[in-house]
Amino acid sequence: MFARRDLLVGLVLTLVACKGSQPAPAPAASEAASAAVKKDEGVSLTGAGATFPYPLYSKWISEYNKLNPNVKINYQSIGSGGGIRQITANTVDFGATDAPMNADEEKQAPAKLFHIPATIGAVVVAYNLPEVTSPLKLTPEVLVGIYAGKIRMWNDPKIKADNADAKLPAKDISVIYRTDGSGTTAVFTGYLGKVSSDWKEKVGVGKVVNWPTGLGAKGNEGVTGQVKTTPYTIGYIERAYASQNKLPMAELKNKAGKFVAPSIEAMSAAADSVEVPDELFVSLSNSDGDAAYPITSYSYLLVYENAKDAVKGEALAKYIWWGLHDGQKFSKDLDYAPIPAKVLAKVERRLKELRSGDKKLLSGA
Amino acid sequence: MSVSHDISPLIRPRSKILTRFGREVNWGDFAFRRLTALLAALMIAALLAMIAAMVHGSAESLRTFGLGFVSSEIWNPVRDVYGALPFIYGTIASSVLALCFAVPISLGVAIFLSELAPAWLRDPVGFLVELLAAVPSVVYGLWGIFVLAPWLRDTVEPFLASTLGFLPLFQGQQRGFGMLAGGIILAIMITPTISSVSREVLRAVPSALREGALGLGATPWEAVRVAVLPYARSGLIGATILGLGRALGETMAITMVIGNRSEISVSLFAPSYTMASVIANEFSEATGSLYLSALAEIGLLLFVVTVLLNIVARLLVWRVGTVPVGGRL
Repeated sequence: MFARRDLLVGLVLTLVACKGSQPAPAPAASEAASAAVKKDEGVSLTGAGATFPYPLYSKWISEYNKLNPNVKINYQSIGSGGGIRQITANTVDFGATDAPMNADEEKQAPAKLFHIPATIGAVVVAYNLPEVTSPLKLTPEVLVGIYAGKIRMWNDPKIKADNADAKLPAKDISVIYRTDGSGTTAVFTGYLGKVSSDWKEKVGVGKVVNWPTGLGAKGNEGVTGQVKTTPYTIGYIERAYASQNKLPMAELKNKAGKFVAPSIEAMSAAADSVEVPDELFVSLSNSDGDAAYPITSYSYLLVYENAKDAVKGEALAKYIWWGLHDGQKFSKDLDYAPIPAKVLAKVERRLKELRSGDKKLLSGA
Repeated sequence: MSVSHDISPLIRPRSKILTRFGREVNWGDFAFRRLTALLAALMIAALLAMIAAMVHGSAESLRTFGLGFVSSEIWNPVRDVYGALPFIYGTIASSVLALCFAVPISLGVAIFLSELAPAWLRDPVGFLVELLAAVPSVVYGLWGIFVLAPWLRDTVEPFLASTLGFLPLFQGQQRGFGMLAGGIILAIMITPTISSVSREVLRAVPSALREGALGLGATPWEAVRVAVLPYARSGLIGATILGLGRALGETMAITMVIGNRSEISVSLFAPSYTMASVIANEFSEATGSLYLSALAEIGLLLFVVTVLLNIVARLLVWRVGTVPVGGRL
């Protein structure tokens, strides 16, 4: 028996040894040669992160793949938090997030990450009021009041004040929120925190908050489903979900005191009114400008300034460059607003800084 | 005339190897025993590795909150304060509620299929019941959102509130989504499991028992009650435990209908939250080490709750199993 067992052990060890002795990765000297080989085989890029811009990114990927069949890109919409974790752990080639990385998260990253604003989205307040036909008008105070559980009935005088013509029913308001951690919630609570210091102190701003009232639904589709099927509900969702499901969207009073519907133009107006600083991330919520929709946000791609793999880095830089130029024309159909020209100029400068070692990745662009 | 054959040449000589005690054993048996032992050991190793990983993952939360984690009702990621009580309550309450609905139904199905149904009906109906177990949970969840919850909100909950509204169980805002919807969805999901296992258990009852009871003049119902059910008791409890296990761990469907509010309320109309749901909802976007650690601790607690309930069930089966079999008329 011992002999047989030894034989088995020997076999296993041999197998392990074989595996271990497989040719080691090519040394640096032949890097150029192996890079050329890789180019012929095609480049495969993986990304992960925000669900918010996923419809746009997947459109980009399929269009870009038609133009460049040798570049295969795979994007997993696992959420902004997951995107940040994965790019930090270097398990993907690019990340995507709705909320910029905070100081803590930046500290955990092994190298400098660039935020690249890639598109602009809006969070809309959708509602289900069978009696009301014209768009509901909401002031920030009323919206905060509803989500704080202080305004409980649809015929509350505070809602009536701006909706004199609407037949508001004497029904309980059923508040719906996102229960899963999400950039949408971060953008929405960010706005509530901006317009109400009370909200900021008591509830706070984040991807998951402790909501004072309401029911939690999972995902944009969950909130959409509940608002659609349940009369007298109100919920916040990405614009695309509301427009595709034909849910009425409330007009919100912006900083300039105008009620604005969440149109693509109003989203662009919000982006136009905010100067983008050099780090390229900035909040668009409650921005100035007469026509600006107040709950608007950039969505960012995260890439390392210094790419480890020059071939992949170059492919990625070219893809992002394409997305920010040719890719922008797909925005409107998918309920996003294109990046404004003056911001694009800054983003272009930033993209040209992308490098791998000493080699600039976009020198040819 | 005596028949005597020497049969030894008919038996194929087998390869023999020596154990360390010098006995001869069959090489195939030896390898088979070792292989199965290895597979069993793998399962145990996976379990231990899981426990170790969860304890390791939740270390920070265990250090920060200690036992208070289990008794605190506050779950606030903005302030980095975490307590698991509402989730523990929601998990246990929704599962128990599901058992309240599912056990009587499943027993009825099982008794019908094993004792009363005509033979040609047994297999098709049994197959259809088992088919329910194969429906993906997201389908149940969507059905919950679009059919069950509106029906509960417009019909069932107003009815319960108007007839039994004096009980705290049936008070509060009627929204459809909540503990009641969660319990019903879970019940539908575990009924096939409990009923198909119960059916097999009932089928294993020796027919002599049935025939004896019937021969003594018992009606079919009496025969089931005094002869079949008592004999099958421990097996039926086992089937229920299997269903409970599924209910405790169910995530997708219940997340979609339970309302996801970390609150403890007696009312069945109120929203609640389960341990599996909070992990599924918040893990992907959780940033910050304490937050992740608290979610890992919820996973650990779910494990502990499941183990505890299984131990209780095991004790129950044990106790019931040692009581003399047989009922009284």
